[in-house]
This record gives sequence, C-alpha cells and structure tokens, in this order.
Amino acid sequence: MSESTLIPSFVNRKSFIELDGRARAQSLLDEGTGKELVGPFDRIESPWLPMQDVAPQADDGCIVLKGRIAGKPAVVISLEGAFQGGSIGEVSGAKMTAALDLATRDSSAGIPTAAVLLLETGGVRLQEANLGLAAIAEVIASILFLRQHAPVITVVAGTVGCFGGMSLAAGVSSYVIMTREARLGLNGPEVIEQESGIEEFDASDRALIWAIHGGEQRVGMGLADALAEDSIDEIAAAVRTYVLAGKPAQHRSEQVQMYRERIAALDTAKQIDPLTLREQWGPRDSQGGAR
Amino acid sequence: MSEYTGLRGRAWFKALTGDDQPRTGDPGSVLAADAQAGPERALFLCVVPNPDSRFPCVRDGQVGLEEAYALATRTREAIAADRDKPKPEKRPIVAIIDVKSQAYGRREETAGIFLAAAASADAYASARMVGHPVISLVVGHAFSGGFLTHGYQANRILAFDDAGVTIHAMHEEAAARITRRSVSDLERLGHEIAPMSYDVRDYAKLGTLYKLLHVNNPMEPAESDIAEVKQAVADAITDARMGAEDLGNRMNSPAAKETRKAGLAARALMEKQWATA
Amino acid sequence: MEKLEFDYPAATRRITRRAHVGVVGSGDMEILLEPSTTGGAHVSITTSVTGFRDTWKAVFDRFFSRFDGAASIQINDAGATPGSVLLRLEQAVEVMEQ
Repeated sequence: MSESTLIPSFVNRKSFIELDGRARAQSLLDEGTGKELVGPFDRIESPWLPMQDVAPQADDGCIVLKGRIAGKPAVVISLEGAFQGGSIGEVSGAKMTAALDLATRDSSAGIPTAAVLLLETGGVRLQEANLGLAAIAEVIASILFLRQHAPVITVVAGTVGCFGGMSLAAGVSSYVIMTREARLGLNGPEVIEQESGIEEFDASDRALIWAIHGGEQRVGMGLADALAEDSIDEIAAAVRTYVLAGKPAQHRSEQVQMYRERIAALDTAKQIDPLTLREQWGPRDSQGGAR
Repeated sequence: MSEYTGLRGRAWFKALTGDDQPRTGDPGSVLAADAQAGPERALFLCVVPNPDSRFPCVRDGQVGLEEAYALATRTREAIAADRDKPKPEKRPIVAIIDVKSQAYGRREETAGIFLAAAASADAYASARMVGHPVISLVVGHAFSGGFLTHGYQANRILAFDDAGVTIHAMHEEAAARITRRSVSDLERLGHEIAPMSYDVRDYAKLGTLYKLLHVNNPMEPAESDIAEVKQAVADAITDARMGAEDLGNRMNSPAAKETRKAGLAARALMEKQWATA
Repeated sequence: MEKLEFDYPAATRRITRRAHVGVVGSGDMEILLEPSTTGGAHVSITTSVTGFRDTWKAVFDRFFSRFDGAASIQINDAGATPGSVLLRLEQAVEVMEQ
C-alpha cells in the first residue's frame, strides 16, 4: 500500500476555518503577491469602542490585502470573526468600501480587479450602531458598482457565519462559496427566538439551524454557488475559478421575477420544509434554468 | 424613542400621492403610486402594516419576503420604462419609510429573506446608478434590515425632526438586553456617543441626512406641512440630479467630516497605499 | 478600560523589524511590536480588564529578563491570561526574528 492510501486526505487537509482573518486572506492570494493596506501598524482604530471600555483592534477587524489571484489583480477583504463577532463599525466598514471603490476605479480604467469578501460577521457592531448600519449600506452600494466590471466573490466559511446587514452583501455578490459548517441568513436563530418566540425558532436546535442557514442548504437551494470542504486548497481553488470566470451573465439579486414567483408559490400555512426548496429551487444541471 | 404605530407611512403616502393602494399582484403591505414630485411624475413606494399577510411574522409593519420582492419589482419596472430616456427624464423614486424592522421568522429565513432584501436594495441602487433620483423620506421608524431593504440606497435622505422618528440598527429593548444595560442607560449613552443615539437629531450629526424637516403634526399631515414636505422632496430631487450616482455625498458632508473622521482617514490612507501596492 | 505604560531602558539591542500577532477576541490579545525610538523598550497596553497592573508588570519583568531588544510593544487586550500574554510575546519575537 502506498502512503497516500494509509493517510486519508482529510487528515492532510489544512483547515481554512482554523485560520484567523489575516491568514485566510493570505491563503487565497497568489504566493508572494499579497500586500496589506491600512494594516494594524497604521493604527486606524475605532474611536467609539474605547469610549465604552471595549478594547479596540488595530485593524478594526477588517484586513485588506491587495495582490493577484490566478494571475489577475484582486483585493481580498477579510473580516476577523473573533473580534466583536466580525461586526461592522465605522472603520472596518470604511476600509471595505474604500477597497471596493478602488477596485472599481482600477476596473473602470482598464484593470479589472476582482474582490473577494471573507464574511464572518453578525452584521452591525452595536457599539457603533448607526455608523455600522450606514457603512453596510455603503458596502452594498460599492459592491453593486464593482460587480459591473469584475466578480465580487463572497466566502462564508464559519464558524461565525454571515448574518445581519452583511447578508445583503452576500446577496448582491457575483458568487458565494460556503462550507458545510458555515451559515448565511438575515437573522440568526437567537434573534428569531427572541423576537418571535421559541415556537418560531428554537435556537438550541442545531439540526434546525443548519437545515435552514447551513452551507449545504444554501447551495442546495441555489442561494449560494459552491459548497467547499473546510480546506485551504479547495477554497482557494474555488475562488480562483470564480475570478477567472469573470462576472456572471445575471446576478442572483437581479432575478426578481423568478424569486417573486417562487415566494408566491409557497404554502405559508405551515413552516416551509427546507429540503423541498432544494428540489424546487435548486440549480438544474441541464442547460438553461436558474443559477 | 416612541412606540411604532405603523400609521405614519400610510398617512404621508396618501397625503403626498392622493393614493393608498397596493398595485395588483402586490401584497397589501406595499403601496405604490405615480404622483407629482415637483414638476415631475415620480414613483412613490411605502411599506405599511398588513394584518392579513400570509406570512405570520409580517403583520405589523415588518419588511418581509413579499414586501422586498414587490419593492424590487416596482422599482425595476420604473427602470425598464425609462430605460431609453435621458437621465434628466428618468423618473424620481420616492421611498416613504416607517417600518418596524425586517421580518423575524423561520419561513423568511428558510426562503432566503437575505436575498429578498438584497434584491430590493439592488433595485433601488440600480435605479440610482442609471440616473433616477432616489429619495427617502423617513416619517417614522427606520430600523436595520428594514431600512437597508427600503430606503438606505437613496441619493438623498430626509427625515422628520420628531421624537417619533428613529433610525437605528436595533430596537432599544433588544439592544439593552444584549448589552446588559437599561434602556435609560442606553439613551444616556446615546447622548455622548452619537452613532448609538435613538434621537434623530443625533443621527443628523452623522452626515447621511440631506435634511431634517420640521412638521407640525407628523401623525396627521396638515396642508401647510404637506406643501412643505412636497417642496423638500422636490428640492432633494433637484439636488440629487446635480450630484453623483454613488453614495459619496454621505461621507463627504460637513457633518461626516466631524463624526466620521476615522472612516475618512482609513479611506484616504487606503487610496494612498493602493497606488503603490 | 485601562491604559498602562511600562519602560525597560536596559533593553537596548537594536531591532530592525516589526511583528504583529494575535486577535482581540475574548480571552485573547494582539501585539504590535516595532523598533523603539527611545533607545530602550517601551510597553503600552490597552486592556478591557482593569486592576491588573501588577500582574502585567510581572509578566513584562519576566519577558524583559530574557529579551533585550529595544522594542516598542503595543497591546490591545480583551482578557488574556498571563500565560497567554507570554506566549503571544514569544510568538511576536519569533515572527520578528524570522
């Protein structure tokens, strides 16, 4: 027997989820091409957190690396999920928007520059409330400009997942890559339980959570594009594929009529079975049909 | 912050358009009308409570799946209708906002409300990006995902200067619970920390508002108020037409230069470093 | 929240590189380590956990008993234990010396 059959591939696989936000970003760029912009040594921190006795982070939880992916110009914007839940504040939001706008500027000038968003985030940082919310609106606007020129690729790998206002950023992206561990939704289970009661959503029911928000479900129902293993190589390969693919013919968030009809066809008398939506909405593998 | 009643949206929609009906095929929660805004015909949109919604979590003024896709549909209809018109003739789109929140429901999460919200934001932004002036008029509450879906992609945002108007990321009770403070503590904190405030006058300090409007009775539009609001909306349209199709005016406003210094510094530094990266 | 400063004027060996390690997560911290401009070493800590000045000092006394670089060390801390602090410091030195 050769060594490769003695050591299963999953043992050799390097976990992407175990990496912090910076390492994740670095792992996606072509070797030797990543340069961090407005990094920790530039010390542009949140002015609002210290006022509330919360220790800031020198990069405000948003890491921007400019470089190349599959030889093409790209910028990777990575949210550090371990800092304040990856939440968006004045500075982290501004860094994200600025990077997107600069990629758009370059793209308009003839250098198509893709953006990869690593979204581990609960949405707005409560301690910055309205500045976080305003920043998210601006991020969405900036994605919409960039995606006209170059692909905007969102990766949600977990463990934080992508919730709150930033789920709209995923929604307007050109492509979304998820792992099984990852979750994507507007409201997390705790928030639903809090606002609408435990009958509506039991936040302790892990099976339910992944059945609704999990990567396998989102990809299965066509709301995300690719399901990757928790593997640096696999995720980086998926990102490269989408960078090379360029912008899609139509973006998911533009397919209003199709989704409107799908919603109209739902039986709302009871809860919706997630697996049924995979059957009804899932991407068809023959020619034509929805993305 | 006063209680959400969900009545202001309909009242002002009716006052500004003479109409208060949904379009055929739209849910009862979405009002759409073509009406005068200054010298032009504009598309007015509003989300109101619909106790008869087929979605149980969308019965008192939340923005849910049907609402988001209806807003996106009507907006894209306007974009298509004006596609071949030159920019100065693309109709304004006026969003009247008094929404309790996004919908918090399992059906919504299952069916991908994040995408519905994205589709609506996309539609409003797409209208703005091709030259339609998109104006938001906040007459009551504008929270979180609800505001991101309906209104926050506008060129110009107006709000009533009134205790019944709140723009924020999370309701006080929920925010108090999560941050383990009392509601009155939070309100006090908001006075020191403008982005956390529930007071629309503090929100105005952040620089995203085009104008704060003083109306005598925000609950019951009176003629003089209506005339003033109509004029303010028309002015906002004119101002939007003179500006860019992006949201750059927000960070560059005089107020933002004071309250968003760190964000502006980050932006300026990134531009500088990008050039040599 | 507390801001603490310590000086170690005897740490005079010139260093030329910088290092950043860590994340300001719950129970964790980040370190920014750079060449000092004052000839000795300087430590500046921003921590969300108050009242541990002596503990911090003990950790740094221990660290600088073995490390003599003229470093400017900035820490943003969200409750790391002294053991974690030392580990992170060692990690930072390793990164710097790579």
